[in-house]
Parts: sequence; C-alpha cells; structure tokens
Amino acid sequence: MINWLLALAQTLLFIAMAPFLLGWIKRVKCHMQNRAAPSLWQPYRDLGKLFRKHVVLAEQASWIFRATPYIVFGVTVLCAALVPLVAVDLPTAAIADVIVLVAFFSLARFFTALAGMDIGTAFGGMGSSRDMMIGALAEPVLLMAVFTMAMTASTTNISEATTYTLNSGLVLRPSFIFAMLGLMMVAVAETGRVPVDNPATHLELTMVHEAMILEYSGRHLALIEWAGQIKLMIYMVLVANVFFPWGIATELTANDLAVGFIAIAAKLVLLGVVLVMWETVMAKMRLFRVPQFLGFAFLLSLLGMLTHVVLETGG
Amino acid sequence: MSPLIFAYLALASALASGVLALGADRYPGLLRYGSSILLGMCGVFAVFAGAWALIDEAPTTDLLALGLPWLKWHLRLDPLSGFFFAVVGLLVFAISLFAPGYLREYTHPKNRQALAALGLFTGLFVLGMLLVLLADDAFVFMISWELMSVSSYFLVAYQHQHAANRRAAFLYLLMAHIGGLAILLGFGVLAGFGGGFTFGAMRAAELSATWASIAFALAFFGFGMKAGMVPLHAWLPEAHPVAPSHISALMSGVMLKVAIYGLIRVTYDLIGDIQWQWGLVLLIIGSTSTLLGVLYAMLRNNLKRLLAYSSIENVGIILSGLGLSMIFIGTGHKILGVIGLIAALYHVLSHALFKGLLFLGAGAIAHATHEYDLNNLGGLIRRMPQTAVFFLIGAMSISGIPLLNGFVSEWLTFQTALQAPVLASGVLRSIIPVAAAVLALSAALAAACFVKVYGVAFLGQARSRHAARAQEVDVGMRAAMGLLAVLCVLFGIFPSTVISVIDAIPNMLLGAGPPSATAQGWLWLTPISPKVASFSAPLVLLGILIFALISYLLLRKRTVDSRRGPAWDCGFGSLNSRMQYTGTAFSMPIQRIFAPVWDLKEEIEETKNAAQPLHTEGMRHQMQALDRSWSRVYEPIGHLVLVAARRIGMIQTGSIHTYLAYSFFTLILLLWVVT
Repeated sequence: MINWLLALAQTLLFIAMAPFLLGWIKRVKCHMQNRAAPSLWQPYRDLGKLFRKHVVLAEQASWIFRATPYIVFGVTVLCAALVPLVAVDLPTAAIADVIVLVAFFSLARFFTALAGMDIGTAFGGMGSSRDMMIGALAEPVLLMAVFTMAMTASTTNISEATTYTLNSGLVLRPSFIFAMLGLMMVAVAETGRVPVDNPATHLELTMVHEAMILEYSGRHLALIEWAGQIKLMIYMVLVANVFFPWGIATELTANDLAVGFIAIAAKLVLLGVVLVMWETVMAKMRLFRVPQFLGFAFLLSLLGMLTHVVLETGG
Repeated sequence: MSPLIFAYLALASALASGVLALGADRYPGLLRYGSSILLGMCGVFAVFAGAWALIDEAPTTDLLALGLPWLKWHLRLDPLSGFFFAVVGLLVFAISLFAPGYLREYTHPKNRQALAALGLFTGLFVLGMLLVLLADDAFVFMISWELMSVSSYFLVAYQHQHAANRRAAFLYLLMAHIGGLAILLGFGVLAGFGGGFTFGAMRAAELSATWASIAFALAFFGFGMKAGMVPLHAWLPEAHPVAPSHISALMSGVMLKVAIYGLIRVTYDLIGDIQWQWGLVLLIIGSTSTLLGVLYAMLRNNLKRLLAYSSIENVGIILSGLGLSMIFIGTGHKILGVIGLIAALYHVLSHALFKGLLFLGAGAIAHATHEYDLNNLGGLIRRMPQTAVFFLIGAMSISGIPLLNGFVSEWLTFQTALQAPVLASGVLRSIIPVAAAVLALSAALAAACFVKVYGVAFLGQARSRHAARAQEVDVGMRAAMGLLAVLCVLFGIFPSTVISVIDAIPNMLLGAGPPSATAQGWLWLTPISPKVASFSAPLVLLGILIFALISYLLLRKRTVDSRRGPAWDCGFGSLNSRMQYTGTAFSMPIQRIFAPVWDLKEEIEETKNAAQPLHTEGMRHQMQALDRSWSRVYEPIGHLVLVAARRIGMIQTGSIHTYLAYSFFTLILLLWVVT
C-alpha cells in the first residue's frame, strides 16, 4: 500500500515539477540570447490564468474537440506514472512497459490531430497532417532506441531497465550511446522543439503543433500546454534515468528518497542547459528536411542496435 | 453431444439462407429478413461450435457419406479450426444484423437488382468458408475452397454494369485459381509422401527437408495469394471494394483469415517440422506487405479501396507474427514460437473485428450519403453521431491505440521480436529488430492514415450536399457496428482472458502453451515473464476512470461557462468547406517522402482569361498514385503470356492434315519412348 502511495506521490511530483522545468529552460534560453528572463514561476502563472478564463468554442466544434484536452492530459499523466523519477521499483511501473508508453503518446497525438481537423480550418488540417507525418517517422526511431535498451537489459519495463543499468556499474556501452543520441533527437521532434518545430512561434508557414491547437482557449488550452510540459519532462527523465540512473532511490527510506530527488533535479537542470544550447545553435528546419533529420536519428538507433549485436553478444 | 452438431447446424443455416433467397426476386422480404435471420443463426451456431471446440480442446471428427461412393468426406473440428470458426461466426452474425437495413436500397422497387443471386451466393460463400475450416482431407478442402472462391467471384461481379467491376472480378477469379492450383500441388506433395489424401495420412508422412520446403513454398504461394501478400496483392484492392459493403466486410474481415488458417494448418499441423528459413521468408514478405499496404492505403481517397489496402497491411502483420513464430520454433525456442503464434492469432481476431466494423461503417456512410470519396464527405459526426463513435473505435483499433484490441496483438508481436537475442545467428538477431521497426513505422503510418479518414469524413464541414443531408442509419445497422465496437474494446481490455482460451491452439499444434502469459491472473499480461514485460489493460482503464472522475468533480461547475463563437478566419470573412484540408492534402507530406513507392501521375491545369493573360482564373490539381506492382509484376507477366500464346498459336494452322500429322508423329514418339 505504502508503495502505491509513494508511486502516486511521485506522479504528482512529476506533474507539479513539469512547469518549473519549462520555466528553467526558458530562463536559460533568455540568458543565452541576452534577453531579460521571466521568473521561474511564470509557467505556473500562465496556467493559472488560463484555468480561470472562459472557454470559447468554435461553432463547428464537436465532442472530439472538447474531449481531446482531457484525453491528452490524462494519457500524459498516466505516462508520467510509468516513468521512475525519484525511486525505482514502484508498483505503477509494472502496469505498462515502454512500448505501451510510446503507444500512449500516439493515442494523445491521434486525438490532437483529430481535434485539429475538427473545426475545419486550413490551419488545423495543416498542423494535423504535419504532426502525423513527423510522428510516423519518429515512432520507429523511438522504438529502435528502446529496443536497443530492452535487448541489453532484456526487459521493456522501464523500472527494470533502470535497475539493470544501475547494477551493471559504470560500463561504457557504445550501443547505449548511439541509442541515447537517437532518443534525444526523437525527443526533440516529438516534443515540438527547434529544429523540428518551434513552440514559441505562431508563424503560419512553420507551425506544426501550435497549428493544431490554435482554436483552444481557457482551461482546454491550459490542459494541453501542461500536458506538453509533462511530455517534455518525461523524455528528459527517460534520458536521465535510463542512461544515467545514478542517485535514484532503490530503497524507500527518507534519506534515499531525498538523495534521489536531488539527483534527478540536478540531472534535469543539466539536461535543460544542454537542450537550450542545442536550440540556440540550431535553426528551425523547413518541413521537408525533417525526414532527413529523423532518418539520421534512425541510423543512429540502428547503429546502436547493430553494435549491441556485434560487440556485446559476440555474434 | 459434440461441437460438430452445432457446426452442422451452422452449415445448414448458411445453406438454407442461400436457398431461401432464391425466391427473393419475387418477394424481396425473403432476402432482407428470412435470409438474414438464417445467416444470424448460422453465425450464432458457428460461434458456439467454435468456442466449444476451443474450450474442450479435444478434436472431434466425423465421416460423411457425401461425394463419390468410395470417397467419404472427412470432417474435423479442433481448437485451431474452432477458433477460426468462431471468428467467421462473429462477423457473419454482425452482417446479418446489418444486412436488412443496408439492403433496403437494393430491394427498392425503383432500382431492384438481382436479389436472388446476392442472397444465394452470400449463403454459399459463408458455407464455403465454414466448410474449409472443417475439412480433414484434401478433397473436401479443395471443394470447399473452390466453393468459397467461386461464390465470392459472383459477389464481386454483382454490380456487373460497370466494366471496372467485371475486370476486377475476372482478375480475382484468375488469381484465385492460380492460387488454388498451387495449394492443390502442395497437397499433392504431402499426399504423395503420406500415401493418402486425408490430413491424418499427411500428418504421418515423413518428408525430407527439401520436399517439406517445396510443400511449404507451394502452400505459402497459394494461401499468400488469397491472403493478399505483396506482391501478389493487386487483385485484392480491385475486388474487395466493389461488392456490397457487408460482403466486403466478409471478404476482407474473414476470407483472408481462412487463407491464414490454411497456411497455419498446412505448416504447423500437416508438415510439422518447421524450418527457420521459412519463418525468415514469412517475416520479410510480411514486413514488406505491412509497409507497402499502409503506404498504398494512405493515398487512396475511396474509402472502401483504402480499407482494402489496409487489409494487406494487416495480413502483413499476421504473416510477420507467424514468421517470428516459425523462426523461433525452427531454432528450438518453442515457447517463444508459441508467443509469436498467439500474437498472429490475436491479430487474426482483432483484424476480423475492426476491419468488419470499418467496412460496415463505410457501408453506413455510403447508405446515408451515396458517397465513397472522402473528399466529398465531412461533418458526419454531427449528422450520424452513433456511427461516428463506432467508426472512431474501429479507426483507433486499427491504428494500434492502447486499450483496444489492435494494440494487444501489436504489443505481443513486439515482445516476440524483442526475444531475438536468444538466437545464435547474428544475422537473424539484427534482421528481427529491423522488421520490428518496420512494423512500428507501419503502425504509425496507419494511425496517420486513419486520422485522415476520420478527420476528412467525419469532422470539419460537409463538402457536398449529400454529406450535409446525411441521416443516421437504422437500428440494425447501428447494432451491428455497436456489437463489433464493443468487442474491440472488450478484447482490448481483457487480453489475458482471451489468451487463456486460445492457448489450446499452440497446445494442440506444438504441444506447448505459453506458460507465463496469463500466470499472473486475468489482470496481467506477461508473455515472457513479469520481469521482462507486463501490461495490465484493466489497471490502465481504472487509472483513466479515476482520472476522469477527478477532473469531472473538479471542473463540473465550470462546464457552463464555455460559449460558442465563430472559428478564427484570419479576418477574411466566413470559412467555407473548400478551405479545409482534403484527404489528398493531408497525405501530401507522406506522399513526398515515400514518392518512389508509387507511380505518381500529377497534373496541374490552369485556366486563364484570354483578355488578361497574366491573371489565373482557376487551377485544378489532379494526382493519381498507381500501384507499382502493376507495372513491375503484372503487366510483364501478362505480356509474356500473350507472347507465348501467340507463339504456340502458330502451330494451329486450321488444316486437318497438319493435325493428323501431329497425331501421327506423337504416336511414333510415344511408341519410341515406351519401347
């Protein structure tokens, strides 16, 4: 029972921390670009403001449009429950494995794309079409990276995989490095960051994700934005905990949990800086360059898998 | 009492339904009600017989004194045929609910069509499919196989007023017979070694590795042709969509599965000694079919044709599962082979349900709007709210979205593929994950494809007057779709229960079940072991329900404060339906990325005003994406056949003297050979 409560607490912490992480990323980005930075709490204020506002629905909107924010948010929270944040071996991790996690993201994408087409504007359809294309190309890369990890640890359970990396000590695995690079590139594409998409723009020609959610307002928009922040954090935590799990609590004592929390916070802060550096040096790509970007990511994950087969199993 | 009695009842009802329809040209009610009720009974009996055979596990056999005096018909119902029996029965039951409403248009005095033929061949088609599953000797198998092929030919040719339909039907008949010939030859090899044409004799036959491979290759070619694997698939998207929609549902939903049944029966049961090379062939062809099927589907705007292409994709997934299973069995990892087989069987069940649902949905749309072209639909979610919900479930299921049945089989296939490290060969260890990545790509493309279908057909604004005036279809049609939709959800949430029933099949075929798949109870699905992977759909559902409850309680008071307003139109004035994305526009990015897959013919016509040459008045864009297999495989073969026929035709002079000379020289030659 205490395990389930801890798992619940970890999920809540996950949801609560996600806007903060985004605030941090924005802040670092502003510093790098010599702009005045908003407060770290700004994302919370934005969410709060949106939650208090009225919803304006388009006349054409059907129930799909109204249900989508709840579905997307709910599914993303469920995904957050599956990923070990502070401690491993929590019972929620067994409910679904990493393949289900990927499929949950595709469920959220499915509904966001439908909501984009629901109003019948050209923007919505454009965003849906582009997002489904990017998603279709990103999914195999993601699974290939996951497969490399799963074959090495011989499990698809994220918690088990984390434990495996933790127990095997500091070993240099070329396959893991390739898989991690692939995973990071996919994460950039899937969370709609530069160079695939730009979350800070509403420019007609370049929008992908923003074009789909253009008609949302009030609490609907708040839920979708928050879900996006959680999704970004899920990817960062995956990278941090599967490939560098050190510090995570393996026993459920107050001391271990505190260390685990500090460890993951430090790792996320660091990864945030890496992300900002990447976004600052890269320019937004045009749409038909994205397949090349994801093709390269696929090549990396494929290399990871092949090096695993060749080097680590002796075939 | 044995399950065979119910199987006979199912066969008898199917036959009776066909015979009863003979009077339908005079009394149309006979087809809409009498035939449909009998078909419904056939479905119920078939499900009952199949479920009993699955649970009972012991095969029941029977001899019927039919056919030639010295050739009695051997029939047998075991868990494998029972499973497919139940799958066919489920869909037959659903279409019997759907048919009365759907056929109203066909029986309308103004445009009445050949009703007797439709009813008769539907009955015979169902009878043929069920009889194939019961056959226990090659003789009955081939007779019922032909019955199934020929009666479905007449259904494909039903609307023969259109030349394209006649062409599709002819191609179908041709390919069905080439495939049938290969199957017959395969049985010939097995019967030659077994010393008899009963399946019992074939099972006992001792084949050398080469002959086993030859028998497998023949069977794979024949059954694969029927199942629509690439590159033998070209007849399928021509033939399946042209029949009435409920027949299309049967053809795509279950007739392909009968071919899969044949493949499993011959390889796992009759040949027995599975070699891993066969599995590799299946895996490669399966992955190719999966990817090409979904890519071809992506560019279609005709709803039924799109669904037919997507069947090719799903057959590919099934073949990949079987291929993985054979690779593991052939290399001595029987338990993993069992899991691959279960993944394939689960997808057989899933695909029958969701493809049946989607074809019935397409039928409902056609019934309400007389349109199959996506680009003339739109906004149906407001006009046909219930159909929209059912279709959404089907679309999500086929896209492999969790908590629906399509996801379970995909997940199991991935889990099987992830066991590749146990294999000794490095090549296999790296090919299998790549095949899995191809599956993942196809699943994601399928999701894109069905977002397109659903978004263009059901959402947005109506693009034509027909769509704007559509009416919800009648109760029976909705009940049929609702039944299949509910089953899609149930089989997605309780996979462990289903697997604990169908594990009778690997128990019978391989003598081993999946020991740990359901060991943790109905709540958990753990194919290999709980440490390796676990999935609990009921708990996920519980989580979703709790979450929905919390958000409802939190936001309940606020639901009133939303107001409606016009959508943002960029300040240009009101939006109209021509501004929204069409199906063609939606699939354009995918079309550009994978351009080499199709033969693309693109045309842009500009109309200009003669007075103002620089001013373009209108533009028309036309794009055709043709199936490459036509220009690469079929046309060369067709050309070759024609050339060969012309050469052989030269020996026909038309003069009796020449023919006498031919006979004389042949006789001389034969005499010389004999002595």
